[in-house]
Amino acid sequence: MILVLAYCAVLLSFASGLLALMMHQRHNFLALSQYWLKKSPDSNRNYELVIDSSLEEKQFLILLRQAVFVLLGLSGIFAVLAGLSVLISKEVVTDQISLGLPWLPWHVRFDCLSGFFFLIVGIAVSAVSLYGPGYVNSYDESQHPFAVLGLFTGLFVAGMLLVLLADDAFFFMIAWELMSVASYFLVAFQHENSANRRAAFLYLLMAEVGALAIILGFGVLAGFADGFTFDALREAKLSTTWASIAFMLALLGFGMKAGIVPVHVWLPEAHPVAPSHISALMSGVMLKVALYGLIRFCFDLLGDVHWQWGVVLLILGTISALGGILYAMMQTNLKRLLAYSSVENIGIIFMVLGLSMIFMANGQPQLAALGLLAALFHAFNHALFKNLLFLGAGIIQHQTHQLNIDMMGGLIKKMPKTSVLFLIGCMSISSLPLFNGFVSEWLAFQTALQVDVLDNGVLRSLIPVAAAALALTAALAAACFVKVFGLIFLGQPRSHHCDKAHEVQDKGMLAGPALLAGLCFLFGIFPGPVISLINGVSGQLLGETLPNDAALGWLWLAPVSANQASYAPPLVLIGALIAGGISFWYLRRNPTTALRRAETWDCGFGGLTPSMQYSSSAFTMPFRRIFAKVWIVDEQIDKDMHGAMNQDVAAVHYQLQIQDHSWPRLYEPIEHGVNALAKLVGRIQTGNIRLYLSYSLATLLLLLWVIS
Amino acid sequence: MNWLIAVLQTTLFVILAPLLAGWVKCCKCRLQNRKAPSVFQSYRDLLKLTYKQPVVSEQASWLFIKAPYIIFSATVLAATVVPLIAVDLPTSASADVIVMVGFFAFARFFLALAGLDVGTAFGGMGSSREMTISSLAEPAMLMAIFTLTMAASTTNLSFAIAHVLGEGLVLRPSFVFALAALILVAIAETGRIPVDNPATHLELTMIHEAMILEYSGRHLGLIEWASQLKLMLYGVLIANIFFPWGIAETLSLEALGYGLLAIMGKLAVLAIFLAIAETLVAKMRLFRVQEYLSFAYLLGLLGMLSHIILEASR
Repeated sequence: MILVLAYCAVLLSFASGLLALMMHQRHNFLALSQYWLKKSPDSNRNYELVIDSSLEEKQFLILLRQAVFVLLGLSGIFAVLAGLSVLISKEVVTDQISLGLPWLPWHVRFDCLSGFFFLIVGIAVSAVSLYGPGYVNSYDESQHPFAVLGLFTGLFVAGMLLVLLADDAFFFMIAWELMSVASYFLVAFQHENSANRRAAFLYLLMAEVGALAIILGFGVLAGFADGFTFDALREAKLSTTWASIAFMLALLGFGMKAGIVPVHVWLPEAHPVAPSHISALMSGVMLKVALYGLIRFCFDLLGDVHWQWGVVLLILGTISALGGILYAMMQTNLKRLLAYSSVENIGIIFMVLGLSMIFMANGQPQLAALGLLAALFHAFNHALFKNLLFLGAGIIQHQTHQLNIDMMGGLIKKMPKTSVLFLIGCMSISSLPLFNGFVSEWLAFQTALQVDVLDNGVLRSLIPVAAAALALTAALAAACFVKVFGLIFLGQPRSHHCDKAHEVQDKGMLAGPALLAGLCFLFGIFPGPVISLINGVSGQLLGETLPNDAALGWLWLAPVSANQASYAPPLVLIGALIAGGISFWYLRRNPTTALRRAETWDCGFGGLTPSMQYSSSAFTMPFRRIFAKVWIVDEQIDKDMHGAMNQDVAAVHYQLQIQDHSWPRLYEPIEHGVNALAKLVGRIQTGNIRLYLSYSLATLLLLLWVIS
Repeated sequence: MNWLIAVLQTTLFVILAPLLAGWVKCCKCRLQNRKAPSVFQSYRDLLKLTYKQPVVSEQASWLFIKAPYIIFSATVLAATVVPLIAVDLPTSASADVIVMVGFFAFARFFLALAGLDVGTAFGGMGSSREMTISSLAEPAMLMAIFTLTMAASTTNLSFAIAHVLGEGLVLRPSFVFALAALILVAIAETGRIPVDNPATHLELTMIHEAMILEYSGRHLGLIEWASQLKLMLYGVLIANIFFPWGIAETLSLEALGYGLLAIMGKLAVLAIFLAIAETLVAKMRLFRVQEYLSFAYLLGLLGMLSHIILEASR
């Protein structure tokens, strides 16, 4: 029954993709409907009219689009239902589908871990399907056909769901590739710009290199097992060396997809160029699927984790978290900024996952469960608020036709609803209390503070430092999102487009983000239900649950014990309402002190202009100076001089270029190496056919010799 | 009963905060050979502000008008967490010390947004600097606090203080480092000399004042009160974590009265130290603050390491 729900989700997403292909089949539909009308004699006139009008060119397109998104939304709802039912029943369901090669049926397994990620995918897909119809309206059908977008969106979602269901290496890789390739076409959707094509190619390249690493990782496991099913791989007994090699390969492969530093470079290129609802899915969900892969590989398939792996994850996670947010801060393109912020959040998740591994390897499964809980809860939260922010960015792009935050401003008055939703997203991602981002960060801190149980002195001093890095990350994230919200929504409009912007008309485009914002707030106040669901996941995966199961009420959050730490968000909310209410009531009671509006104080000079406001580069200038080594900063100030002695400044030109260190340090050497190698290989390609024939002959002889 | 005392304690916190600010000002004036205003001048200023009609910029949105209430409530919530006169109150269980840092972040988030809302250069300048300084101060603060929480193996402030009380007077090297770190952070976070100067509106140096330049009337009053509360919060944190003696462990009237006297005495002494420091030290350049705060972080780290190496049970 549970599996039926999961299959329904997959099939519906396939169906939505296929339906999108019907975009250009209007005439066939017409013929079909007339055929049916003729066949059924009791067809009345009204019925015919309805069909005729719905087959009008424009109407047909809109209806079909809506139908595609309805199917996608249904797929999301089924995914949520499937996920919830398996999480609540705590069952493990297995199945075989006789697809693929005859002697290699696809194995399917649906357990709590898959179910939890189904939940994440489902919520995100539902929100996106509410948002989608309004957003895709802005695309010109002749230039950017919806059929392409709809087909690959459906395939992409189906691919993600199938990855979660897979229970053998072949099926896993097929689903993984489906997900990667479908998302490549989505990134390349607006392929008329060369920058987009470049980003898409970079994405494809890294996705495929990552996939290779994953295949090799499975290969190493399979070398010690009889078969490629996950059950067989679980039984495999690996020496520590081979297990570590498999771990490193998996880390490289899944880390590339998840966007861990230094293999994160595709994220900030690919996310800004994809359509916004697709970037929301990619950033909010696809990165989580990569995370799922890593968790499945390490905790489930490899089984015995080593604390050294945990340290690797912890350090990589810390670098990614700090690097991600510092790079995010310097961006002026909103979606690029959000992409870098995803790197940061994935870094946080990896950190906590590393802690979990360290505790697991040190014989503290309960604390490992706490770490896994924090990691999974943060993954869940990140899916919610990053989706929300990307959808919000889409609305802003839709209404102002730009993504450069230096050109925005004052949108809080033009787009009040969007601004509230975006504010909730910003507050969640900055991990402020009362919102969901804070709860997972609090859990992460609680995990890190349990370090006293470890014997290893190095670990005991390393982990608190990582916790302090986490604190720095959170504080920098708050600064970054103050900048984002402040520059986009507050102040005066910095461009004409922004001045003329107005609230989005489409209800669905607001409903999608509103759903996510509501969940962000709800799970910030009542994190209990989600936490008890995740507790089931760790129960199944690690065999242990939280130290303090009883404390998983709706009111209190005390994961270790009430004496050690507790947090009661509902009480905090009540306290905030009381304190705010009293001060509000007390101060506003006197009607003679109603507020008065006046001009902004301009130091008596007059004429404040929008360009006098702080810009993005001005806001982040102190950070640029303090953490100068983190970026490659290229700052140029040119002055146009004129006047009698050429001493009057007519204009000042300021240029700021921020570059990622990983390009010159890592990728350009690789690129040079590949080019040099290609040149070497090129020497044997003379263009002479006789030489090529002799190559073939030599190869043939060699192979014959090898076989004999 | 416990809840009643908790509410009473929070009220005391809110009411006493302007007194502490007045007392600091008074000490500073004496030290600088000026005639001091009354200790109660802060109350008169706040009262005056509530009677004034606030003037709000035409550019300002709803966020600018609501922000003072949000900032004030978040700071009051932070005050509920910190034990002032008694430990083991129910409010301190509803949120621990990490949540308290979160409340500060909440208040700061809205303060910085309010600074950006009017669209002047000053507001943006203040927000940018405030976020810079706080993002450096937060890890240093958490490092100092983690030292304490690891020693007491709880992040609940009330239990941690009870733990320190139970141990009696032991000179722990980790606590000395943590105390020094926390003092440095407190000075930076509450905007005192040498990081920021609460008494000046000089364009190039102001941080906190630059953000709230556009506020007037009751809005200004609330923000001022919140920053006084923040000063007192840090004072109480330092006083009660590192010198908890005198705080009421039982909820009898006598113990509570004694606790109140004790904390007032401790705060008065701390305020004198603050006034002396502010008189002796000059304000530093903005880009020296990072060195100052990384020193605080280093102290916190040293505290943590000395706890792990020297004091931990194994």
